[in-house]
Amino acid sequence: MAIDAATVRKVAHLARIKTPDDRLEPLAGELNAIMAWIDQLNEVDVAGVEPMTSNVAQPLRLRDDVITDGARVEAVLSNAPKSADGFYVVPKVVE
Amino acid sequence: MSDLTKLTLKAAVDGLKAKAFSSEEITRAFVSNIEAANPTLNAYVQVTADKAMAMAKASDARIASGNAGALEGAPLGIKDLFCTEGVQTTAGSHMLRGFVPPYESTVTANLWRDGAVMLGKLNMDEFAMGSSNETSAFGPVVNPWKSKASNADLTPGGSSGGSASAVAADLCLAATASDTGGSIRQPAAFTGTVGIKPTYGRASRFGMVAFASSLDQAGPITKTVEDAALMLRSMCSFDVKDSTSLDVSTPDWTQAAGQSVRGLRIGVPREYVVDGMPAEIQALWDQGVAWLKDAGCEIVDISLPHTKYALPTYYIVAPAEASSNLARYDGMRFGHRAGKATSLTDLYETSRAEGFGAEVKRRLVIGAYVLSAGFYDAYYVRALKVRRRIAEDFDKVWGQVDAILTPSTPSAAFAIGDKQIDPVTMYLNDVFTVTANLAGLPGISVPAGLDSNGLPLGLQVIGKALDEATVFRVGAALEQAAGGVGRADKWW
Repeated sequence: MAIDAATVRKVAHLARIKTPDDRLEPLAGELNAIMAWIDQLNEVDVAGVEPMTSNVAQPLRLRDDVITDGARVEAVLSNAPKSADGFYVVPKVVE
Repeated sequence: MSDLTKLTLKAAVDGLKAKAFSSEEITRAFVSNIEAANPTLNAYVQVTADKAMAMAKASDARIASGNAGALEGAPLGIKDLFCTEGVQTTAGSHMLRGFVPPYESTVTANLWRDGAVMLGKLNMDEFAMGSSNETSAFGPVVNPWKSKASNADLTPGGSSGGSASAVAADLCLAATASDTGGSIRQPAAFTGTVGIKPTYGRASRFGMVAFASSLDQAGPITKTVEDAALMLRSMCSFDVKDSTSLDVSTPDWTQAAGQSVRGLRIGVPREYVVDGMPAEIQALWDQGVAWLKDAGCEIVDISLPHTKYALPTYYIVAPAEASSNLARYDGMRFGHRAGKATSLTDLYETSRAEGFGAEVKRRLVIGAYVLSAGFYDAYYVRALKVRRRIAEDFDKVWGQVDAILTPSTPSAAFAIGDKQIDPVTMYLNDVFTVTANLAGLPGISVPAGLDSNGLPLGLQVIGKALDEATVFRVGAALEQAAGGVGRADKWW
C-alpha cells in the first residue's frame, strides 16, 4: 500500500497539521519507509486473538460523580493565549 | 567535606540526616555545577535556583526539628514533562512554551512530600518522542561521555536525555524520567547510570504530559541501583486521579537491592540476538550471564517468539495514542496559538504546524493514518492483537524463570546527528526495551561495561508485573559484579 502526496495531504488535514505542498512528497517517502517496515506485522497469526488495549489487570476504576474542586476560573484561564472577563477569547471565525 | 555533588542519593540523604552537611550547602554546590556545565551540556531547560534554596532551607529546618522525610534535603532534577505548580513545563516543545501548570503532578508531589529539593526542569525529546534527545525545541542534550576515537559530541539517548546527562555529570543527585518505549533505560545505558521503568500503574501518570497513555510510565535515573530503589519508592503511589493507577502498596525495595540472587532462575531469550548486533554487545550479555551464574543463578534458555514484532507494534500503538493525546494542543485553551488565521480549521492547523517539531508531526500523521477509516483494522487493531501475543510470550515463560536478562541497547552512545536521517534506524535503538512497555513489565538498565571506545554499555533485567523486588535484586548483583563503569572525564 503506497502512500502518495494526496494521501499525506488528507491525513495531515485529519491530524490538523498544515503541511506545505513541497513537504507532501518527502513526507510520503518517509511514511512509506516506515509503513513498509511495519508491514511485517502481517506475518503474525492473530486469528482469534483479542486486541490488547490495556496492560492493567483490573477493570477501569470509576469514581463517584462529585465535585472535588472547582471555582478556579483564574487557574483554568491562567494559560490561555488570550482571555477576558473570565472567558477564553478566540479569533472571530464565523461571519 | 569533599565534593558533595559526587555523593550517591543514599549517602547524601544519610549525611543530611546526620547533619554532616546541610541541604543549603549541597543544593548550592549543585546550582554552581549546573551554572558551569549547562551552557555546554544543555541538560536543564530551566534552573529554579531560588526555589531550590528556599526548599533546601525548609528541609534544613525539618531536619533540625527531627521531621526529616525519606529524601529530606536531597536536590533532584525533574524531567520537563512532569507538571510542577508555578514552574514552566514544556515537554520539550515550542507548543507548551510559557505553560505554567496551576497544579503539581502526583509523582513530584510525592517527592516534595518526602522532602526532596527541586533544582530545575530537565531537557527531553519533544513530547518524549525520540531516542537521542535531538528533537527538543531547546536543542540537543550532550552526553558527558566522550569516545576515545573521536571528540564529537555524543547524544545521551532519549527521551530522558537531560535526566541521564544531569545525573552522569553531577548536576543533580538523581532525576525523574519517563519511559514509553525505553526512554529511561536507553539513556541510562548511554550515560553509565541506572534507570528503572516500574510496572505500568505503579507510578501515577496524573500531571505527566501524555505521549502514549497505555505505555508511559514514570521512573528514576540514578547513580546506583540502591538509589533507584530509594527514589522509586517515593515516586510510586496509588492515585485516584489516574484511573489506571494500581491500588497496591509500595514496598521498601532498598532491602531487595543487596539480597542474594542464589537460586534465582534467569531467562536468556534467544530472539534478542538481533541481526547486525555488535560483537561487543553479545560479549557484554555473555559476561552478564557468567556473573549471574557465578552468583548462584540458574540460567535458562527461553523463547519470546514475537520479539521481532515489538517495535513495529510500538510504532503503530504509540503514534495512535499520541494523535489522540496531542489533539488537545489546538491553540485554544493553552499553548501556542498562531497569529493569523482565515478560519477555525486554519487556526488549528497553523497553530499545530508552528508549535510541533518534525518528529512529532511525523508521528501524529502516522497516528492519524493508522486510525483512519480503511486502515483502522488493518493496522491499529492488528497491532493491538500482536501486542497481546507479545504479552502472552512473557506470561508463558514466568513459570520457568524469575527474571530475564538482555542487553539494554544495540550499541553505545552515538554522535549527535548520526542517525537523524533515517527514522527507522533511529527507532531500532529501542529494540530491547520496548517489549517491557507493551507488556507493562518492570525493567532496569544497569551499567555493566565499556565498549572498545571507552563508552558505557548497559544490561537490562525484566521482571514479572509488580515484582520490582527481583529486578532490583538481580540489578544490584550485576552492578556489584561489574564493579562500576567509572565516570565520564570532566571536559565541560
